[in-house]
Amino acid sequence: MKVSFRDLTMRFGELDVLRDISLDVAEGEFVCILGPSGCGKSTLLNIAGGFLSPTEGSVTIDGEKVSGPDRRRIFVFQERGVFPWLSVEQNIGFGLFDVDPQERQRRIDHYVKLVGLSGFERAYPRELSGGMKQRVEVARALAVNPDVLYLDEPFGALDSITRLQMRSELLRIWQAERKTILFVTHDIEESVQLADRIVVMSARPGRIQTIVPVALPHPRDLSSPGYISIRDSIFGEIGLAHRV
Amino acid sequence: MAIAVWQVAIAGSRGLVPGPVAVVMAIGELARSGLLIRYIVASLFRVTWGYSMAVLVALPAGVFLGSSRRAEAALHPLMQWLRPISPLAWIPLAILWFGVGDLSAMFLIFMASLLPLTLATTRAVHEVDPVVLRAARNFGLPTRRLIPSVILPAILPQLVISMRISLGIAWLVVVAAEMIAVNSGLGFLIVDARNAGNRYDLVIAGMVLIGVIGLILDGMMRSLTRLDLIRWSTLDPNR
Repeated sequence: MKVSFRDLTMRFGELDVLRDISLDVAEGEFVCILGPSGCGKSTLLNIAGGFLSPTEGSVTIDGEKVSGPDRRRIFVFQERGVFPWLSVEQNIGFGLFDVDPQERQRRIDHYVKLVGLSGFERAYPRELSGGMKQRVEVARALAVNPDVLYLDEPFGALDSITRLQMRSELLRIWQAERKTILFVTHDIEESVQLADRIVVMSARPGRIQTIVPVALPHPRDLSSPGYISIRDSIFGEIGLAHRV
Repeated sequence: MAIAVWQVAIAGSRGLVPGPVAVVMAIGELARSGLLIRYIVASLFRVTWGYSMAVLVALPAGVFLGSSRRAEAALHPLMQWLRPISPLAWIPLAILWFGVGDLSAMFLIFMASLLPLTLATTRAVHEVDPVVLRAARNFGLPTRRLIPSVILPAILPQLVISMRISLGIAWLVVVAAEMIAVNSGLGFLIVDARNAGNRYDLVIAGMVLIGVIGLILDGMMRSLTRLDLIRWSTLDPNR
C-alpha cells in the first residue's frame, strides 16, 4: 500500500476532530475524501502531508512513518499558494533549487507545456486568472516528481466552468504521470467525476462513513445511468434528498 | 497663485513676515556665499548616515523579531514603551554621549527611524501568508534559504512603503537636530538667521528649502515602489 492511515485520531484540546480513521490507498490511485465543512477532511490531509501530528495512530507511506513535510509528497493549496513575486517559470522551478540548471530548465519547459501555460512563462501570478494560477501550482508540484499529491479543495475558488475544465486537465495529467492522488472536496459531483474511490466522511468528529468505489472509465459521461446512480447513492448516504 | 496671495498679504503685515520676493533674494544670497550648497550637503549627509544605519539595524532586527515569537514577546513591551517618546527627547543623552556635533545629529536621526522601521518590518514578517511558508517547507527549502528566497521578497513591498515613511520622519528630525547640536545645515540656518539679527527672510528661505528637498526625497523613495522586484504587489504604491 502506498499511503496507510492506521487508527488515526485527532483532537484539538477538547475538540474531537477525527476518530479512528483507517484507510489504505494504492499506488497510482485517485482517492477523493468527501465530507461536509468542518468534518476534519482537511485536517486528515494535513496529517498525511506531515504538517500536523495526529493525537493517536499514524500515517505511513511505503511503510515509512510520516514525520514532517517531504518533497516526495506535495500539498497543493488553493491558488494563493503560488509565490506572487516569482514568474510562472520561476514558480514551477521553485522546488528544483538543487537541480542543475539545464535539467531544471528542461523540467520547467515540460511542465509549462503539460499544464498549457506556453507563452506565459514570464508572466507574474497577478497577471493570471485563478485557473491559470492553479495550473502553476499543479505544475510546480509535479516538477519535483513527487509520488503523492495532496489536493485540498484546489478548485474551490474557481468559477464552475473553469472548475470543470480543471478537473479534466487534472485527470489528463494524472493519466500521463500516474501519481497517487488524495483529493479533498465537499463537492459530490466533483468526487464522482474524478475518483477511483470516494471516502465519505461523517460530520465531526470525522469518521469514515463509507467508501464508494467508482468503476466508471474515463472520460466519464455525466449523464450516463452509472454516473447518476453512484452520485445519487452518495447524496443518499449523506442524507440529502436530491432536490433543490 | 498661493505665492501671489502671499505677496499681497504681506503688504499689510507691517514686516512680520517676509514676502516671496525677499525669500527668493535670500536664497540667492545663500547661493552666492556658497552656504546654500554647504548647508544642503551637510543636512543630507547627516540624514544619509543616520537613516542608513537605522535601515541596516532595523531590517535584520525586524526580520528576527518577526520570525521569533519568543524574541518578540521579550522585546515587545520595551518597543511599545519607547514608541511614544519623541526622538527629540534623546537630545540631552545624544550630547552627553556624542558631544555637540555631527554624530549627535546622526544619532537622533538614527533613533527616529529605527523604531518605526523595526516595528514595520516585524509586522510585515507576521503578515507573510502562512500558505507560502508551508509551500516552501513542503519543497524542502533549507532553513537558511527561507529568509532570502521567501521572507524578504514577500515583505519587500511593505518594506519600501515603510522606508519611505521613515525617511520622511528622518528628514523632519534632521532640522530639529541641527537647531541644537551643530553649526551647519538647513536647521541651523533657521535658528542662526533668527539669532543673528532677526533675518526672517532667511528663516523662511530655510523652510522653503527643507520642504522642497523633503519632496524630492519622497519622490525618490516613491520611484522605488515601481521597481520590478515589487511590481507583483497589490499594495498601492501611492498610498
